Amino acid sequence: MKKMKLVMVGNGMAGMRTIEELLKIRPELYDIAVFGAEPHPNYNRILLSPVLAGEQTLDEIVLNSWDWYEQNHIRLHAGRKVVQIDRVRRIVRAGDGTEEEYDRLLLCTGSNPFLLPVPGKDLQGVIAYRDIADTHAMIEAARKYRTAVVIGGGLLGLEAANGLMKRGMDVSVVHVMPWLMERQLDDAAGRLLQKSLEERGLKFLLGAHTQELVGGDDGRVKAIRFKDGSQIDADLVVMAVGIRPSTELAEKAGIHCQRGIVVHDTMQTVTDARIYSVGECAAHRGIAYGLVAPLFEQAKVAANHLAQFGIGRYSGSLTSTKLKVTGIDLFSAGDFMGGEGTEEIVMSDPHASVYKKLVIRDDRLVGACLYGDTVDGSWYFKLLREGRRIADIRDKLMFGESNLGDAGHQGQDKAACMGDGDEVCGCNGVTKGTICKAIKEKGLFTLDEVRRHTKASASCGSCTGLVEQILMSTAGGDYSAAPKKKALCGCTEHSHQEVRDAIRNNRLLTIADTMRLLEWRTPNGCASCRPALNYYLISTWPKEAKDDPQSRAINERSHANIQKDGSYSVIPRMWGGETTASELRRIADVVDKYRIPTVKLTGGQRIDLLGVKKEDLPQVWQDLGLPSGHAYAKALRTVKTCVGSEWCRFGTQDSTQMGKDLERALWRMYAPHKVKLAVSGCPRNCAESGIKDVGVIGVDSGWEIHVGGNGGIKTEAGQFLCKVKTRQEVLEYSGAFLQLYREEGWYLERTVHYLRRVGLAYVKTKIVDDSAGRKALWERLQFALDGEPDPWFEHDKAALDSRQFTRLHAEEGQTA
Amino acid sequence: MKGKDWTPICRVDEIPVLGARRVARERGMDVAVFRNGEDQVFALLDRCPHQGGPLSQGIVFGTSVACPLHNWTIGLEDGQARSPDAGCTQRFACRVQDGQVLLDPVELATLALEEQPPKAGPCR
Repeated sequence: MKKMKLVMVGNGMAGMRTIEELLKIRPELYDIAVFGAEPHPNYNRILLSPVLAGEQTLDEIVLNSWDWYEQNHIRLHAGRKVVQIDRVRRIVRAGDGTEEEYDRLLLCTGSNPFLLPVPGKDLQGVIAYRDIADTHAMIEAARKYRTAVVIGGGLLGLEAANGLMKRGMDVSVVHVMPWLMERQLDDAAGRLLQKSLEERGLKFLLGAHTQELVGGDDGRVKAIRFKDGSQIDADLVVMAVGIRPSTELAEKAGIHCQRGIVVHDTMQTVTDARIYSVGECAAHRGIAYGLVAPLFEQAKVAANHLAQFGIGRYSGSLTSTKLKVTGIDLFSAGDFMGGEGTEEIVMSDPHASVYKKLVIRDDRLVGACLYGDTVDGSWYFKLLREGRRIADIRDKLMFGESNLGDAGHQGQDKAACMGDGDEVCGCNGVTKGTICKAIKEKGLFTLDEVRRHTKASASCGSCTGLVEQILMSTAGGDYSAAPKKKALCGCTEHSHQEVRDAIRNNRLLTIADTMRLLEWRTPNGCASCRPALNYYLISTWPKEAKDDPQSRAINERSHANIQKDGSYSVIPRMWGGETTASELRRIADVVDKYRIPTVKLTGGQRIDLLGVKKEDLPQVWQDLGLPSGHAYAKALRTVKTCVGSEWCRFGTQDSTQMGKDLERALWRMYAPHKVKLAVSGCPRNCAESGIKDVGVIGVDSGWEIHVGGNGGIKTEAGQFLCKVKTRQEVLEYSGAFLQLYREEGWYLERTVHYLRRVGLAYVKTKIVDDSAGRKALWERLQFALDGEPDPWFEHDKAALDSRQFTRLHAEEGQTA
Repeated sequence: MKGKDWTPICRVDEIPVLGARRVARERGMDVAVFRNGEDQVFALLDRCPHQGGPLSQGIVFGTSVACPLHNWTIGLEDGQARSPDAGCTQRFACRVQDGQVLLDPVELATLALEEQPPKAGPCR
């Protein structure tokens, strides 16, 4: 049977979501063609603001790649604007003559920015803010010009202004109303917002009526003039005064339009049942929505009907708003202005920049406006949509959901008290229950995985924190509720701890034996469990268990750090961050000889040679003549030091020598994760000892040792372990702590997470209180490290497979 | 497989168990030949469908390889990315005869020539 033809006009978020929903439920039903006026695949328009602000790149916001269209057999006519719909012959025609026939047509033409009809609006340097081209134009302008004026103090205008400011421009926002974002905020919250944006460097002209844009001789805008006769300079004017549904095409085809393309609850146009419309161009019960959540609800309904399932009605949406300016939290929903017949509960703390207003009518919450603290935004939004009576919780309403119920719920966070049906991600309509189910059933444990599987927090990203909380409470510390543990990976039901115990108790020496005894479900594991098993074996049974390079990730297998293009980086060890002229000369010669494109200093006081071809690695190591820096490994990386008492006029201890001693004692040490150390010679702490796995700080009377610090994703200050007197003690205590971590840590668990799991008190009993135990740990570490090879020079001993450095060649002209 | 010529590449035991080797071509990106735990041999273009990572450098398990860049899992038999990821990398016919790994010279000379390696660094 011949497939029906579905044509979509407008390659944007709402339309593509409809196609995705349709492919999910009836992938085979249609032959699909898509027209898009922009020369891009579908991208996340909401994230143009972070792109403008330089926080994300264009590539990162693409939702459906070119490949995606191809893989789903969708003909994409990108950069072709449809100019005509022939409803009689059922054909759409693009400006370049491209035609597609349709059985069903989906109009997703979106909206156009509204340009103020003032003289000078067509000057160069006057743009709207709507698509990738506008964003590029702004980024380009920020490179060349200084002053920008944004007309419009609404959501979009402020995001544009913030982005331009971040790009280094001097930005003024011109707004005709008396306060900012008047459609989302009341005057009090608007003023708080204005204050904090002013502190960041934005300027505001409120109540200002634009009369004219003044051009220079070069035809480019140079100033903006107001009704009161005043004027300000502008090299760039961005108009963000609103959007209008784009209905020109539909109107030309005789489809009824009024404030948008008028649709029924099925998202079919009232004029022609073969034609659907979703998105900003569609007017449903008189409303054309401009926010993403309602559009995605519409997409679901339209897809259901296109799939001929015939159920599902769209009955309108309540919307809420968040501003995507990093560091500014605001939330509003419903009738936040209040007025006659309503009561208001207001909490205001101008000093802390926190303001909350709840509007109540007839014992129901009808509006909310939050600034500065928006944690409870989604709870208020839920109360609002449910229309539940609030008399019983009214006295606690202002203090948020976590203050409901018993007082004894210590440590319970917001995620824990949400119900399964509660919405977490407003953009994609994902509930807590959906997320929890995916986490449990699919064994997800990173934010990215949750995003990929559920789409939660994948659009605007403002619920990221909440999704993380749910992830933590679902995948992590579920100890008390049920003794259900987390499996190491999908290949086994056993946890990290059980695997470690089994290896120790049964004296297992190989991966194969371990898998056999623990009844692994897969023949040779996966990329998650094999490296873990390999580490557990060699750390538990040093000199007995044999290292398996094929179970190591590429960096540890080739002893260099793979880069995005498949080349490698090489970082030689520099003990304590010190080097010499002859070492530097050798490095320089290697850079020349092997044409290494980038030489970069690392944060760990070493030199990174980036872009080395894999074939060259052994020769580069040889020519450098420097020991491996293990900068690629779950192992000791660097010991960062300050100059210390040798030179520094403030130094109290010789931190450089201490650092060198530590590094020489600990290098070649593999661990559950990377390990970084630092030694500072005085409490000024120039080596940043506070954020290292082991941080040593010299004081007049000895050395302080801090453990479990981390400067990564989440900055964690190290915890004070103890103070010791001698250099020998620094080595012994640090080494003993690291050996404890090596023996007990789970693979990929940093010291900070290990410490959080076992507690600092436990570590103190092992390292500080039990001197015999400490000495034994330190000895075990020295035993494990004694005679460990330098993989850059002792290839055989390090089990380095040198075949990996040569490429094979097909034997020319030879056939078998 | 009558009527088809095959080019010898290497011996099976020249590929590490649960590992891979790279095969250079006259034109186009390298082909990766993989050997799994059961001594089966597979050949794919050495390019992850995600961001072009060299699959030859990944961890091999079962009949899959995990890309070294972002851990996408690619099926060795079909070149398909495992769910939830989606994408496909070019597969090459491959067989083993008397311990010798053989590839099809016509495929080597004609398939996926247009694929470009990912770029990095200042000259990008």
